[in-house]
Order: sequence, then C-alpha cells, then structure tokens
Amino acid sequence: MIKLFSLKQQKKDGDTNSKSGPQKKASAAQLRIQRDINELNLPKTCTTDFPDPDDLLNFKLIICPDEGFYKGGRFVFNFRVGPNYPHEPPKVKCETQVYHPNIDLEGNVCLNILREDWKPVLTINSIVYGLQYLFLEPNPEDPLNKEAADVLQSNRRLFEHNVAKAMRGNYIGSTFFERCLK
Amino acid sequence: MEVNNSSVEHLPQLSKRFGHLRKITERPGPFCHANFSASPENLEFLSTTCKILIIGAGGLGCELLKDVALMGFNDIHVIDMDTIELSNLNRQFLFRKNDIGFSKAERAAAFINARVPTCHVTPHFCKIQDYGEEFYRQFHIIICGLDSVVARRWINGMVLSLVKYDDDGSIEQESVIPIIDGGTEGFKGNARIIIPGLSACIDCTLDLFPPQVTYPLCTLANTPRLPEHCIEYVRVIQWEKENPFKAPLDGDDPQHILWIYEKSLERASQFNISGLSYRLVQGVIKHIIPAVASTNAVIAAACATEAFKVATNCYEFLNNYMVFNDGDGIYTYTYAAERKPDCLACSNIPRSVSIEDPNTTTLEDLIKQLCEDQEFQMKSPGLTTLIDGKSKTLYMSTVKSIEERTKCNLTCSLGELGLKDGQEIMVADPTTPNTIIIKLKYNTNEVEMK
Repeated sequence: MIKLFSLKQQKKDGDTNSKSGPQKKASAAQLRIQRDINELNLPKTCTTDFPDPDDLLNFKLIICPDEGFYKGGRFVFNFRVGPNYPHEPPKVKCETQVYHPNIDLEGNVCLNILREDWKPVLTINSIVYGLQYLFLEPNPEDPLNKEAADVLQSNRRLFEHNVAKAMRGNYIGSTFFERCLK
Repeated sequence: MEVNNSSVEHLPQLSKRFGHLRKITERPGPFCHANFSASPENLEFLSTTCKILIIGAGGLGCELLKDVALMGFNDIHVIDMDTIELSNLNRQFLFRKNDIGFSKAERAAAFINARVPTCHVTPHFCKIQDYGEEFYRQFHIIICGLDSVVARRWINGMVLSLVKYDDDGSIEQESVIPIIDGGTEGFKGNARIIIPGLSACIDCTLDLFPPQVTYPLCTLANTPRLPEHCIEYVRVIQWEKENPFKAPLDGDDPQHILWIYEKSLERASQFNISGLSYRLVQGVIKHIIPAVASTNAVIAAACATEAFKVATNCYEFLNNYMVFNDGDGIYTYTYAAERKPDCLACSNIPRSVSIEDPNTTTLEDLIKQLCEDQEFQMKSPGLTTLIDGKSKTLYMSTVKSIEERTKCNLTCSLGELGLKDGQEIMVADPTTPNTIIIKLKYNTNEVEMK
C-alpha cells in the first residue's frame, strides 16, 4: 500500500490563464514509433521517405517488387500514425493507382493487420512485410477490387497481362491506370 | 475526547453544514489512515486550500460536481469542450432545456455556484489539450469523468510529465497529483485511483479497455451481412470518395448523419439487409454507449469519496481499481492493478547523462558516449527530443532519408543544437525493448548561445 504524503503540505502554484504550454514529455505513441522506426528492417524492395525528419508519425513507404506480377512497378504507400498508436493501427493508403484485387481505386488496402487483426505487439515492420506480401500473393478471396479479383481467379494469364498493361499506363476496362514503372 | 473547534467556529456555516463530515475528520478511529490526525484543519483544508479539477461535465461530471461541492470542496475547476444536447437532459441534471447549445462546463459551474454558495466553480470551455503544464500543476487532485481512452491517456501523460525525479531517481512527492478516474458503460462501471509514478497508470492497464469493433474492409466492400457493415462502408469508403460536405465527418452534425443514413439504407436494400435505423447510424458513427443514470451516480460517488479520503487522509484510499456491475443483481470487486514494468508512460524514468561541456561536446560525442558507456552499451541509437513542445529528430542512422537530413547535426555541439541543461532526449536502440529517456546534465552551467 502506498503511503500517501499529506496533500496539505503542498503549495500549488499555477497560472490559470496560461494556455497551451508545451508538454515536455514525449507521448507514448511518439516513444513507440521512434523505436519502430529506428528498428525498421526493410526488405531490399522497400524504402521509406520522411518528408519531415522531425515528424516520425507521417511518412511514405515505397515498394518496388522484384518478382511476381508486379515486378518492375513502384508503389507508394502513405502512413499516418495516430496518437493512440500502437493501440490503433496506423492509417495506410496506397497513393499509386494499382490494378490489384486487395487495393481499391481510392487506395484503400485490405490487409487484416491494418484493421481487424491489428495488435499492439505488431510494428511498422510487420505492416511493411504484409504489404510486400500483397504484391507477391494477391488474394482473390478477399477482394476490394472485385473485377481484378474475378480475373485473377478465372484467368491468371489475363490477370498477369492486365497488371503489366496497367503498370505501363493504360485503360483496364473503363479505368485508367497511371504509369508506375520504376 | 477533546476537540479543538476554534478554527471552524468562525465559519458557522461550515461547522453546521458539515456536521457529518466533522465526525469523520475531527475524531480519530481504529480504521484511520496512518497519516491521519483528527483536527478541524482537515475540513478547513478542503474548504480553503484544496484545489480540485473535474474533467468532463457530462453524465459523470454532473454527479461529480454535485458530490464534491456538497462534500466541502470549495475551489473546483471543471473542464469540458462539449455543448449541451437534448439527449443529455435525462441524466445530466445540472442542465435544463434552455441550456441546450451552451457550454456544459459553464452551465454546470453556474448551477453549482448558485446552489451551493460556499462553493466556487471555475469553468473551462475547451479541450483538455488546450492547457499545458502550468494549468494542471495547480491542482491537488484531478477527477476524470471521461468517455474517451485518448483523453484519459492524454491527462495521464500530462500528470506523469509533472512528476519530478531527484538525481537518484526517486520521486519528489510534491510533484505528484493523484488522478481519480471513473468510467461507465451501461450498467457497468469502474472507479480507480492513480498515483502517478507510484501505482498503475492508464497506459499500464490499457488492455482493460474493450477494443473497438472493426470489420474487415473486404467484407464491407463485397459481402456485407449486417446493417453495421453498410454504415461502416459508407463511413470508410463512400464518405472519403464523395466528400459530400467538403469536411471531415462530424458525428454531431445531423446533416452528416442523415447523409450516411440515406446512403447506408441504399446499400442495405441492395444487399437485402434489414434493421438499419437512424439511431443505429448514430450509434455506429459516434460509438454511442447507452448511459444509465444510476451507474453514473454510483461511480461518481465512489470517485468523490476517494477524493475526500485523499484530501483529508481520513481513511486508506482505494487500492486501486474497483469494478461495478448492476446489470443483474449487484456485483463489485476491487483489486490492485499492477504497474507494468515496461510501461511507456510511467516506467520511463529519465536516466542522467553527464556532459562535461555542452559547448565542446558534439552530438556525435554523445552518441559515442551512449555506445561506450557501461550503463548503456548501445549499438545504433536514434535520438529525438522536444524543443518548445515540438518533436525534433536529432539523429537516426537506420533510416536513409532521415540520416541524410540529420547527419549535419552530428558535428554540432549540444549547445548549438539548442539542448539545455536538464533536456530530455528520447533514445531508441536495438539493445532496449523500448525507447528510453536520458536527461542531459551539464557540468558547466554556461551555455554559449550562438
């Protein structure tokens, strides 16, 4: 049991009118993301870009797959880490338009650990590997882009063809995909 | 038993009004706290010196204000960023119909001040984040009646950052402000007391909060089965795509909710899903949990009692977490939540690093010191700090884009980088599971600012 000192001896000072004094201690989210970033162990296909090196909470991840359907492409993901990290996952969006069953045309990514299966023990590194895996093994079972998923499921060759075409900058159906070759 | 009444007697109001409290505070007893000394000063301290902050003037806040005001606390501050809504009036009894649209903090304060003339409540109509250390430092006790984990963590972090440590790492007791935290959800509630730096804090026990329900994105997009799936789809995907009001979604804006309701209804009928209602949309968007007035009353009473015990020392206070459930009969249980030894918020005691001369010691020297020092033996430390409340990355070798832009700092002296004596630096390194905090201690006090 903690023996509490008597409050009575305490003299409190403080200026009620002083607004928004800076907090001198880093938040738990800040401390945690610093560790995650310092220990990033990226596969050689991935690089990060911090537009503001003082802001570790907002950055980009660039994936250039060196095998699979998406070999030769360059895909940019935007990471936004919130104040409740790691109890909430970072918000990740794909900034490159991509013909992919698990990424929709608005850049939403269907990766379980980004939503329902996120756990605080996971790190930025886990997400990087998760995203990289999406490019190696697109999963038609859980589609966000249903058209792409249907093609992948019914005709692998056509899917491969479509991916290559989209990455060169072309229409697939009625959607135009911008060129994203390295 | 002889009791010295002199100091209270000149306050006849006090002596008569608080007859019951005087029986507790002016008589010793076998169950009293070891630090307790029976005396009229206890009540006098409550009424003249003790400054208490109540965070939130909602369901718990109204109860708390009423409780502490009638318990002898006189200098009360209340902070809340919300305004009063019609749906609050069934339980937030300090408000009336014509208060709708006004600040909760201001109306609650006005009500108490009018009703309990000895009491002075100061309202703050703003976010807790709008105030800094200077504001929070002035209070003896903080009671929280919050509905958000983020806000709890923020105030927890704030109070922890007020805790001062001696050079040997022991706590300076005057800097400790106890937090009493209440929470309710329907028929369930809890009350707990946190002595920052000494007992389990909010971050130590974060896994006690129920996780937010999330659905897989692909379910939302392709195989919705529940009305909630439709609402989430509209919120996550359609809102961002169509951005109907050119603004971020505001759960308090009826127009926004209506838009979501209509779009969700469309989607629900498309997938033959029934059970979608306007109320459900509100519930999902605002994460509304039905509030039960009696649960608020019980939890607030428990919190106020703890505040009274802490302030007067009359009895051992809660150790340290009480759960309450009256959904089916009544059940309560109290246990001691334990501190997490690696809690990022409260177990991170800054370690002193002694610096000969900040004007000649460079950042590179400091990093070398961290790698060679027996106590640290680091491998590739990444260093950040806060300057004027803003995060600054000093150096990080592992990330190329950061390394390139911070390597110029390596040759700068600590003084040139604006690092002061006592500056806290956050250091992440593969050899430590968490980011640690070091505190620079300059042996020469003079820093030449160039």
